[in-house]
Order: sequence, then C-alpha cells, then structure tokens
Amino acid sequence: MTCRLHSQTLSAWAFLVPALLLMAVFFFLPILAAFLLSFTDFDIYALGDLDRLRFVGLSNYLQLLQSPLFWTALGNTFYFVIVGGPLSVVISLGAALLVNAPLTRFPGFFRTAFFLPVVTTLVAVAVVWRYLYHPRYGLLNYGLSLIGVDPIDWLGDPDWAMPAIILMAVWKNFGFNMIIFIAGLQNIPMQLYEAARIDGAGAWRQFRYITLPLLGPTFLFVALMTMIGYFQVFAEPYVMTQGGPANRTLSIVLLMYEEGFRWWNMGYASAAAFVLFVLILAGTMLQLKLRRREPS
Amino acid sequence: MNRLIRCLLPLLGYGLLALGLLLTLTPLLWMLMASLMPAGEASSYPPRLWPGTITFEHYAVLFTRLDLARYLFNSTLLAGTVTVISLFINSMAGYAFAKFHFRGRDRLFQSLLAALVIPAQVAMLPLFLLLKQFGLINTYWGVIIPGMASIFGIFLIRQYLLAIPGSLLDAARMDGASEFRIYWSLVLPLCRPILVTLGIFTFMGTWNDFMWPLIVLTDSSLYTLPVALANLLGEHVQDTELMMAGSVLTVLPVMLLFVVLQRYYIAGIMLGGMKG
Repeated sequence: MTCRLHSQTLSAWAFLVPALLLMAVFFFLPILAAFLLSFTDFDIYALGDLDRLRFVGLSNYLQLLQSPLFWTALGNTFYFVIVGGPLSVVISLGAALLVNAPLTRFPGFFRTAFFLPVVTTLVAVAVVWRYLYHPRYGLLNYGLSLIGVDPIDWLGDPDWAMPAIILMAVWKNFGFNMIIFIAGLQNIPMQLYEAARIDGAGAWRQFRYITLPLLGPTFLFVALMTMIGYFQVFAEPYVMTQGGPANRTLSIVLLMYEEGFRWWNMGYASAAAFVLFVLILAGTMLQLKLRRREPS
Repeated sequence: MNRLIRCLLPLLGYGLLALGLLLTLTPLLWMLMASLMPAGEASSYPPRLWPGTITFEHYAVLFTRLDLARYLFNSTLLAGTVTVISLFINSMAGYAFAKFHFRGRDRLFQSLLAALVIPAQVAMLPLFLLLKQFGLINTYWGVIIPGMASIFGIFLIRQYLLAIPGSLLDAARMDGASEFRIYWSLVLPLCRPILVTLGIFTFMGTWNDFMWPLIVLTDSSLYTLPVALANLLGEHVQDTELMMAGSVLTVLPVMLLFVVLQRYYIAGIMLGGMKG
C-alpha cells in the first residue's frame, strides 16, 4: 500500500512538473522579482548595464505618493472600479432576470445576443466606439439628439471621457456576468417560489427574500471577478483616449505601461504595479469580510 | 389593477429586452455596415446605417497595402499554438490534482487558486527582462511561453475530472497500463468536452490579448491583429470605413468560433463560475 501511494506521488509530480515549472519561472518568479525591482532605481541605463542598478529602499514608493500624476491615475482607476463595477453587475443581474423570466420566449437567442460583445476583441470594439462617440458624426449623439439631448464631446470633454469609457466597458462585459447569474438563478429550487406564492408573497418580496439571498455566493463571485478585472483597465483608455483628456482617463496600468515600457523606469513602474496588487488584495479581503458578516 | 399589471409585465419585459438588443447589437452592426461604405460615407450627418453602395475596397486595401494577411496569420498561429500546448500542460496538471493522492496536494491547489488575485501586470516588467535574457523579445515564443500554463485551465480540468469515477482508471492500472498511457488514451478522451471548452477560452483569450503582445512584439511583421489595429489607428484615424473593416476582420473569427461552439463555451463559464 505504501508502495502504491509512493508511486502515486511520483506519477502525480511527473504530471504536475511542466505546469508548475512554467508557472514558477514565468509567473511566480517575476512577481517576486517585481517586488525586489520596486526597491531599485532600474531605468534605461540599468537595462543596458546591470552594474548601474542601485538599491534605493522605499524611494520609488515615496516618489509615487508625491506624484500628482499617480494620484490622478489612482483616482481615475477607483472611479472606473467604483462606478463601472457595480453598474456592470446590476445590468448583468437585470439582463439575467429578464432572459431567465418564465414569460420570456427564446431565452437562448437573447442570451447569445447579449453575450456577443464579450467574445469580441477589446481593441477592435474600442476602435468602433471611438467612432460611435464622435461628437459630430457619431451614432450615439445622433440617437441622443432624437430625444432632444445636445451633442456631447464624449472623449474630448474631461468630465465625459471616463463615463464614456465605463459605458463601453459595461457594454463589452455585462454578458459574461449575466451568464453566471443565469446559472445561479437556475440553481434556485422552483418549490421555494411556489411556497412563497401560496403564502401570498408578491414578485418583489419573492425577489427580495428568495432570489437575492440564494444568489449570495454567485453575487460574491461576480463582484470579486468584476472588481479584479476592472482594477486592471488598460486597453480601453489606451485605444480610445491615450489617458486624456487632461489625464482624466489615465489608469494605474496605463501609467505603469508608460513608465515601464515607454520610459523604461522599471523600478518605479514596479512600485506602481505593486500598489495595484495591494489594492486588489485589499478590495478582495474587504468583500470577503463584508460577505461573511452578513447573516445568510 | 392586478390584471393590468399582469398584461403590462410581459410587455415591459419585452420592451426592455428589445432595448437591450438594440444597444448590444447596434455597435456591431454599425461596424459591419460602415466597413462596406465608400470612403467618407461613415462620416456624414445624419449618420448612415446602411451603405448607399456596398464596396469591399477597404478590405482589399487592408490585404493588398496594409499586410493584413500577415497579422491574420500571426494571430492564428499564436492563438493556435498556445491553445494546443496549454491544453496538454493544463490537462496533465488538472488530472494530477483531481485523481492522485499526494502530500500537500490540497494546499498546493489552494495556493494556486489564491494566486488568481495577483494581476498579471505585476509580473510583466520582470518577465520582459527575463525573456530579454533568453533572447525571446520580439519573437513568437515571447508571446507563447507565458501562456503555456494557466491556473484557470488547471482548475477547469480538475473540476471536470472530479466528477468522473476513478474506478475506470484503476481498472486500466490493474491491466498494467503505464501512467502516461492512461492519461493519453483514457483521460484525454474522457476530457474531450472540457478540452473543447478550455480550447475555445484559450484561443479567444490569446487572440484578443493586447497588452502583452504590444510589449513583446516590436517588429511590425510579428504583430497580432489587435496590436496591428491599434497601430493602424495612429495613421488612419480619419479613414473610418477602413478602420471598421479592420475591426470586422479582427472580431469575426472569434465571433464565428463562439457562435459555432457556444454550447461548450457557456458550459465552461458555468463550471468555472459555480464552483469557484
């Protein structure tokens, strides 16, 4: 028996080694290196000659905290996460409820249609939305003009650029969470609703006291994945606004990209990346904690 | 009153669904229509939804003057290679986690899952330096190698295999089949549905990926479609119709893949979402 278990262990590791080795070398090691890098002054000179590399302690982090541009990027990223995330989750849930409603016919058709933007290439649809947002020829302003709204310079107006990017991101993403919500809804036993109906509970009370609580774990999963994804916003501002106007759509990842891969300030960029990591970690813990405190 | 609500409710529901459909599909349909319009027609007021005369000139320009075939080839090659290699590597690891008992297994698996909260961008700067050491910057391998193993892929395979009884494998073991043979001729065929699912995810993920190829591929002859498209925007931002044709060609392959194989794709999201 011990021999059997021993050979099991050997075979298991043989199957695991390729994946673990690849992840260790190309993911976990770089994470560790990024941490170390964030305490050095790695720049374009060090890129050519590693002897130029110096340990600088916390100075990258201090520099970040003193940089107005970093605070702008942080604020923009939070704007995107705090407004875009919940908006996307609520719309996903609404779409899931509609598609899954017993009265809706052809749910498969609606599901597929709402899901289509998810499988599209972000860069390509960001290009498309750039034109849809055109203040003069764009379809969106034309549609709004039909209901009497004056033209908006979506991507050119500092106050509208971030909402425009959020709108596009929600359009692109809501179908994904919708599918997960539909799966969650279908897992709720029908008998519960029947029992509630017999007790005289209306649609709202059924939603409030059956659907929402039983959807709890799905909700947590969706909220977490959405938050983690939204913190990493990059391609939308890169393609649609390059971070403008007046840096109002500059995200942390875009800042990291510019600092690290355009100006080769890799120590400084690593520090920015780690701040992002800590924020995501803190957001995740906060959500898990809030959920645990809630009576289920 | 109640009867009124009962009549209006479906109406309201369908109204919202129709609105949703309009908002979801209009950008995609407009992209397609604008790509078929003669130059300049997409920038007219009021906006046109239908090409006056259908033309394929922008597609022709993309292929003859702007090297689009090259980018299409690069994207297909990269997404295809990553998919095939990663299916092997992830299925082996997922199999090990699902069907073998060894010390530290569950802790190892949970650590991997916990690592899902680490944003990939954190690894990108040192990864770039590492690949530069290996001479892999500005090569296809620079894109392929970091995509060869994925935590999500291992997780998906493991979840699928957990539901499959181990007795079948034990029987093969009794018959003296080697472990690799069991994996190759028993486990892989059993995993077919989930391999299709994971294959679509991986193919689409690699096809649609932007940031890493943008960083690694500096030579335009190696560009993938999204990188090429973002680059094209710099020079051709005024050529709306041309840009739309480029967008259509970028989006169409993955969209067709999804429409044909959506059953597998959606099953995968449900498996990943429900048990995560």
